[in-house]
Amino acid sequence: MLVAFLAARSGNLAAAEDALSEAFAAALEHWPAEGCPANPEAWLLTVARRKLIDTTRRLKYETPAEEHEFPADTLSDISPDNEIPDRRLGLLFACAHPAIEPAIRAPLMLQAILGLEAARIASAFLMSPAAMGQRLVRAKNKIRMAGIPFRVPERAEMGERLEAVLDAIYAAFAEGWLDAAGTDAGRRDLAVEAIYLGSMVAELLPAEPEALGLLALMLYAESRRRARRNPAGQYIPLAQQDVTLWDTALIDRAEAALRRAASMNSIGRYQLEAAIQSAHVERCRTGIANWPALVGLYDGLVAITCSPVAALNRALVVAEMEGAPAGLAALEKVQADPRMHEYQPYWAARAELLARTRAWTDARHAYEIAYGLERDPSMRQYLDLRRAALPHS
Amino acid sequence: MQFLLTLYSDESQWIKMTTEQQQQGVAAYAAYGQALQAAGVLVGSNRLRPSDTATTLRTTNGKTQVLDGPFIESKEQLGGYYLIDAPDLDAALSWAGKCPGVAHGIVEVRAIWSMEPASQKYVAREAAAAAR
Repeated sequence: MLVAFLAARSGNLAAAEDALSEAFAAALEHWPAEGCPANPEAWLLTVARRKLIDTTRRLKYETPAEEHEFPADTLSDISPDNEIPDRRLGLLFACAHPAIEPAIRAPLMLQAILGLEAARIASAFLMSPAAMGQRLVRAKNKIRMAGIPFRVPERAEMGERLEAVLDAIYAAFAEGWLDAAGTDAGRRDLAVEAIYLGSMVAELLPAEPEALGLLALMLYAESRRRARRNPAGQYIPLAQQDVTLWDTALIDRAEAALRRAASMNSIGRYQLEAAIQSAHVERCRTGIANWPALVGLYDGLVAITCSPVAALNRALVVAEMEGAPAGLAALEKVQADPRMHEYQPYWAARAELLARTRAWTDARHAYEIAYGLERDPSMRQYLDLRRAALPHS
Repeated sequence: MQFLLTLYSDESQWIKMTTEQQQQGVAAYAAYGQALQAAGVLVGSNRLRPSDTATTLRTTNGKTQVLDGPFIESKEQLGGYYLIDAPDLDAALSWAGKCPGVAHGIVEVRAIWSMEPASQKYVAREAAAAAR
């Protein structure tokens, strides 16, 4: 938050981070001897602000802020009694600005808002620390040099701009979620960090239902983390998970967020995905499934996102409702998308439905392709077991 | 903050247009220029003569050569620019989006690296703050 405040004023994220770490170093030096100041945050900000101005002067940094907004009293407006304005939201919107390359938005947020180190972000995104560091520096340079503002967008552009922020948060969450076994601490924590960012946005923009929708979606997924693998590390599909392992506190938070979003009467992608999660939770807990409602939710999701993944999941629900042949028929449409041919869950779903129609040879073939496309060892093992369980024709 | 909007388009399309279409095109750019002017945003603008009339200088092995033709041969050519004054990139992008060039070509937006040393401004502001 301190970095956000400093960067919002100077437009220079990298320099704000440097200045703040220098301020922390100064605090370590002074506070033990002189005692902690009454308002430590304001103390840090004042010191960091001075360091920032020194640096700017020394390097003749060309900051966008000096061109338009840098009142002379910037140092004096942080008196110990003053509340520090919350600039995190403006910083989030800068990180997910359309002028910033989409793939770097999530890493940029994790570093700028939460202060994660480049090396940790790199390992979570399966990238070398050097490459990630370089791309982060480039993105921060772009913000500073291109004149990207630290501002909450106007009403007219809010929808599109918020979507970019939410997408980046979800991308960070997805990276953490991929490590289902939870063996990689860096990636597991990433899901938690993404939920933190999601709650922050939902809190700072309380009238945006999609922010709440995303928060609910992430909480639902996170609630099942412990049930996704058995103690031996084997993959457990949703329908066979031990529901007593689900985190009920997280589910309650998710339900509350989704209810609040729904009360605003403006449906969107994340609310629909969260609603689908909610329906699955209900089904697994009670054993009573409302398939037509689920198909309706997927129809909405397909209409909004045109996502072949949504269409794939819809086909699986159709199979539950009307039988495997109907599910396979629904898959035909998904198949037209060439991206699906490299998508493991598509082949696994196809294999599953083919096995239910007793098309053993085709099912075996589909499982083999799914296996070849998967990297996660426990998932690979699961697919291999499913394939081996098919009777020989 | 100043931003340079550079306009790229396929020049060969221009000569294929009817006189009436060309007049409409000129009128659209004129109206855009007036809107920039009226908003107090316009710093300067110009249309460039065709890219095949360009002359390029380049030094190879220490010898400067004068070459006929543009620096880059591509499907779209640099045809003109607007220099505008806007508070930030969002404002500049919003103006760029209204440029007729977006409809038939590409508009690149770049912030100007102002040459005024940053330190002078800070010194002046600090002095002003101290004087209060």
